[in-house]
Amino acid sequence: MSETSTIHTGAVHAVHHGDHGHGHHEQSFISKYIFSMDHKTIGKQFLITGIVWAIVGGLFSVLFRLQLGFPDQTFPILETFFGHWAKGGQIQPEFYYGLVTIHGTVLVFFVLTAGLSGTFANLLIPLQIGARDMASPFMNMLSYWFFFLASVVMMSSIFVHTGPASGGWTMYPPLSALRQAGDGQKIGTDLWLIAMALFIVSSLLGGLNYISTILNMRTKGMSMTRLPLPIWAMFFTAVLGVLSFPVLLSGAILLIFDRNLGTSFYLSDIVINGEILPNEGGSAILYQHLFWFLGHPEVYIILLPAMGMVSEILSVNARKPIFGYMAMLGSMFAIAILAFLVWAHHMFVTGLNPFLGSVFVLLTLLIAVPSAIKVFNWLTTLWRGNIRFTPAALFAIGFVSLFISGGLTGIFLGNSTIDIHLHDTMFVVAHFHIVMGVASFFGMFAGVYHWFPKMFGRYMNNTLGYIHFWVTMAGAYLIFWPMHYQGLAGMPRRYLDKRGWVSFNQFTDLDKMITVVSIIVFAVQLMFVFNFFYSIYKGRRVMTQNPWGANSLEWTTPINPGHGNWEGEIPEVHRWPYDYGKDGREFIPQTEPVGANESKH
Amino acid sequence: MQTFFIVAILVLGFLITFQIAKASEYVAVLRGYERARKQTNKINGFLLLAFLVLGLIGVFYCNEQLKGKILGAPASDHGVLVDRMLYVTLAITMVVFFVTQIALFWFSYKYQESDKRKAYYFPHNNKLELIWTVIPAITLTILVGFGIFYWFKITGPAPKDAMVVEVVGKQFGWEFRYPGKDKILGKKYFKNVNAAENNPAGQIWEDPANHDDVFVEQEMHLVVNKPVQLVIGAKDVIHDVGLAHFRMKMDAVPGTPTTMWFTPTKTTKQMKEETGNPDFVYEISCDQMCGKGHWSMRGTIIVETQEEFDAWMASKKPQYLVANPTKDPSAPKDTAAAAAPVAAAVIR
Repeated sequence: MSETSTIHTGAVHAVHHGDHGHGHHEQSFISKYIFSMDHKTIGKQFLITGIVWAIVGGLFSVLFRLQLGFPDQTFPILETFFGHWAKGGQIQPEFYYGLVTIHGTVLVFFVLTAGLSGTFANLLIPLQIGARDMASPFMNMLSYWFFFLASVVMMSSIFVHTGPASGGWTMYPPLSALRQAGDGQKIGTDLWLIAMALFIVSSLLGGLNYISTILNMRTKGMSMTRLPLPIWAMFFTAVLGVLSFPVLLSGAILLIFDRNLGTSFYLSDIVINGEILPNEGGSAILYQHLFWFLGHPEVYIILLPAMGMVSEILSVNARKPIFGYMAMLGSMFAIAILAFLVWAHHMFVTGLNPFLGSVFVLLTLLIAVPSAIKVFNWLTTLWRGNIRFTPAALFAIGFVSLFISGGLTGIFLGNSTIDIHLHDTMFVVAHFHIVMGVASFFGMFAGVYHWFPKMFGRYMNNTLGYIHFWVTMAGAYLIFWPMHYQGLAGMPRRYLDKRGWVSFNQFTDLDKMITVVSIIVFAVQLMFVFNFFYSIYKGRRVMTQNPWGANSLEWTTPINPGHGNWEGEIPEVHRWPYDYGKDGREFIPQTEPVGANESKH
Repeated sequence: MQTFFIVAILVLGFLITFQIAKASEYVAVLRGYERARKQTNKINGFLLLAFLVLGLIGVFYCNEQLKGKILGAPASDHGVLVDRMLYVTLAITMVVFFVTQIALFWFSYKYQESDKRKAYYFPHNNKLELIWTVIPAITLTILVGFGIFYWFKITGPAPKDAMVVEVVGKQFGWEFRYPGKDKILGKKYFKNVNAAENNPAGQIWEDPANHDDVFVEQEMHLVVNKPVQLVIGAKDVIHDVGLAHFRMKMDAVPGTPTTMWFTPTKTTKQMKEETGNPDFVYEISCDQMCGKGHWSMRGTIIVETQEEFDAWMASKKPQYLVANPTKDPSAPKDTAAAAAPVAAAVIR
């Protein structure tokens, strides 16, 4: 393809090609928008696919919230759409668990991993480090298309007769390994496993590319300590993904073997529905180790990009340098290391050796230290700033608030003594939705509002943005804050009807309230989606190259950068990206040489 | 029809919002974008402060509404430790929560954009960094210390005089086995499980320890103030023995037995009085996703005095005699010959 050679020569011989501009090489629709190798287009592809999945995942949560809030009512419209899954307008248990499973899987992996780091790593890495494209644009394209394939397989599993996988997003065997265990454990689980395998391939292709691009393709003067924080965050994210996703793949492959080839990696001593299975000697807990060895780093794979973008956005809009750049780096590094050493805190009550458990308590609570450093640094960044509340800045502030709330409840769960009581209750649901789900979503929204002008050369509508922020912020707390109390009462997760229980039946009104709020919040997200697509075509045009007055390199590109990002030479970098409010100047771009009388920082 | 109206109202509401949003953008452009931006900045700054105030009120209101609905005092000795750890952690995190949230929203409000102020260039300060590294580290060390101390107490070996009960989860219910007079649970093998031949637990009848083991379903009886060790297993998929009132929990894993022990400190009768709920019963909830009936996988526990327990136990027949009625000394003798092949078939 001529396209490939252009990028490579474009990057290497940038000097000779100094004058190549728009319209130089005509691209067909397919190579420009579909099988594109431009990192910006691939980022947008990830984002839009992520948005589609987020709507599906969000809609599913509304459906199962209907069941939770109104277990005694029927909704005939559901039967119209879902047939025997909602017989008589009531969500059937198999359907409920299918909804929960797909909701969890797509939001954790397809939206907050692919949709978040896929979008912003692709968009920001070359733009902020000063590169024309990724190290391997072709691999980058493959990364998206493997993700697309994974999406197709996952989506198709929703339409099979026995329904999608329904063992929970963690897919623990033996439940997930035995077809006899339920409808969702039939073809749906096979499709789930295939989709996840494809997804992991996509994630690895992307991750390796991000790492090599950041390490090798920085522009002149862009030392590692001059990188904007989102890039560092994406770097650690990619490293985490590359080291941990293969372990999940191995776990999934063993599960595929157990399901289809009669092996006994996870199976032993099983009598199911009166049928005695021949398997002996396997360990069901082995899977949990393999799963959580990815599963816990995955939490940080989701959170770190949001943290990085929030740092950048807070600094830009407070018109003040990020406080403690090196401490931010150090704490991200510490988080990345510790992320690999805490996985068994998901397994305190599996019969884990208590001594091993105590080691994991120590390591888990250690993570709170770098997290605390980050929070205090964000607070200090706001302190004595001159803050502009763009929708992006508001979402960044909201992120910090949610990260504090959700992080603190993590101190409860990471402590094995308390975890005995709270494990697998609604407290856990509330905790991880706030700290990982909603907080990362806030980071993602902040990123979308902030870099939308770079992506599409237009602004999103601010008023809709503000409504979006305030409803989502209030809604997130209304939904998840009281949920902690359900967990304190010992109410287990994934209970679709509590009326048969003496101990958990006292929250009827609360469940109704949560359901109503979640419907409103979901509707407002749809409004955001509308704003997003409407603004791509009809939004207010960006007139200046640097609309936020930011220092980093992406704002030195043309308003609508072509493939290759900069016309002419890639700019040289002379300073870190956070010189805001220095020496009486509002901002000093990275490309500006350090002046003779400039004060040191 | 109702659905149609709801959808219509939603669409209408959305259209109105959108038109207002679009109009405000035009107005902003006409009146000068900078000026409009500064005005909305003030509004959002105020809203952040309002959110803080309303949020804090909401936190207290929520607590008032719901604190009576969480569990009362724990009903086991370990539960006391768990609750103490919980409240210590709650106290510490609450302080951090209020300090940081108030700082976050107050700074946002206070330092909102103003033409009179210039942002203060403050890129780093090692002393501050050190302070907020060391203080959390010390606090967490305290929490870790307490946590591990209690954890070892709870997960340590059960007392010698503890009674032993085997708990087995299956889709979707609970089975229990008591060791009988010899206080030893007989051996079992999963391939011996045969409900039709009255051997649901898969006991090996050749093991004499099995001959006095009592098998019951769905309802477990425990003795108040007597330590109990649960030996936990599962037949098909992973389940979890969740005992909210005792603050205890342990997974039931097929193929890998687990244990936990505790001492129930309140009888069911006592709890009925304490909670004022005549229907009160200790429940076993399955806390690990186990299939479509997960939400209804309920067992019950009766905690009673030693005398009540003994009377209950005396009413139960060991499973060995249920499966092998010929061995029952109280059964008529002449059936012995007929039953022998059945017993042989069970042993296989």
